[in-house]
Amino acid sequence: MIVATVFIIVKLDRLMTAVMMMGFFSLLSSCIFMILDAVDVAFTEAAVGAGASTIFFLAALAIVGRTSKKRKKEKTLMPLAVVICTGAVLIYATFDMPYFGTADAPIHQHVAPRYLQESGDEVGPPNIVTSVLASYRGYDTFGEAGVVFTAFIGVLLLLGAGTRKSGLERPDPPNAKVESMRQKIVLREVADLLIAPVLIFSLYVQWHGDYGPGGGFQAGVIFASVIFLYALIYGIVPAQQLFPPRKLAYFPALGLLLYAAVGLASMAMGGNFLDYSVLMPDPHDGQHYGILIIELGIGITVAAVMINIFFSLSERSL
Amino acid sequence: MFTGLFNYWIVVILMMAGLYIVMSSGHLVKKIIGLNIFQTSVFIFFISMGKVSGGTAPILKDGISVFSNPLPHVLILTAIVVGVATTALGLAISVRIYEAYGTVEEDEISEMDKENRQRETSVSTVVLDKQ
Repeated sequence: MIVATVFIIVKLDRLMTAVMMMGFFSLLSSCIFMILDAVDVAFTEAAVGAGASTIFFLAALAIVGRTSKKRKKEKTLMPLAVVICTGAVLIYATFDMPYFGTADAPIHQHVAPRYLQESGDEVGPPNIVTSVLASYRGYDTFGEAGVVFTAFIGVLLLLGAGTRKSGLERPDPPNAKVESMRQKIVLREVADLLIAPVLIFSLYVQWHGDYGPGGGFQAGVIFASVIFLYALIYGIVPAQQLFPPRKLAYFPALGLLLYAAVGLASMAMGGNFLDYSVLMPDPHDGQHYGILIIELGIGITVAAVMINIFFSLSERSL
Repeated sequence: MFTGLFNYWIVVILMMAGLYIVMSSGHLVKKIIGLNIFQTSVFIFFISMGKVSGGTAPILKDGISVFSNPLPHVLILTAIVVGVATTALGLAISVRIYEAYGTVEEDEISEMDKENRQRETSVSTVVLDKQ
């Protein structure tokens, strides 16, 4: 089924439909992640793929137009040949792979046993993914948050959110589409019902990430997608009055600095960078608070970055 | 016999479909869609490698002893969010290209570039002739 979806995307020239199929593709792949035990990943993919990235694509398509032109036959033959050759080589390479699901594959030998056996004592949270993400691999995660921040800087430089007049000063754009959205009673009522619970759910995901699947990344994206929903139904201007882009632009940096501050605090207390055990008299408490604070930092960064990108992409199309 | 490799084959097919879109399509936004498919196939590949038969999600609970490998989950979780951020960056670049050229079809853009370059060289030869 997922393969069929992808082939439909390959064939489609109408990009609007292709983007919709892309959202469906994300939903399917998140189901696959769920079946393969990766609950955290499934969560993230569902929020990001079906929510945020679809919205970004739609916003971009609103600017660049919806159809792509068909190319000449000769131009598609060459890529096809390259793709088939590469695919054949890759399939040949899979014969050396350990079979799916084997417990003694090389990937399970190196650090994973330690994470599985010791993390309960060393770090504490029952969700091992969170302890690896926030504690054992805190450096990596810091880097990832940095990459998200850098992408945000790039988008800001290219498109510049908030450099145009913000919603307060600008007259309401004569956007017929938004008007019609607001008049659709079913959409509006459902959105009104959904917005508050989903906001609370994102906070739950944020603070409960160490016990169940969840954490800062997912919570940030869910929070941002609520704002997207609000902006889609009620128009971009009220959403910008709620979150003025100029002020919002400080928040990604704030989240990242919060993360770094925890690392520096643990250095000041005599430990290594991002070694939370020294933050509190009891190492377990220290780990717990450290993880909570850096997850908050990640959540703030991700949510603010997503909302900012959405504003700058959709401002262009007005 | 090869059912143990089935997942990896699906990954290869998806990856090649993504690569095909990137190479064959001239539309920049469609290329980004292709890159996204490529990326998702890599995610599925990592998660498939982390799966252990009979294991459950890596959340500690009494009475469960077999877990899937949490490490690929962590890597992919962050990669998804970074992926959407870079996708947004790519879209932002194509929007700027559209504003500069009025199109996002690769062929038309390169033709415009060629014309511009010819015009520039002709201008510079005129300048040289005058000197």
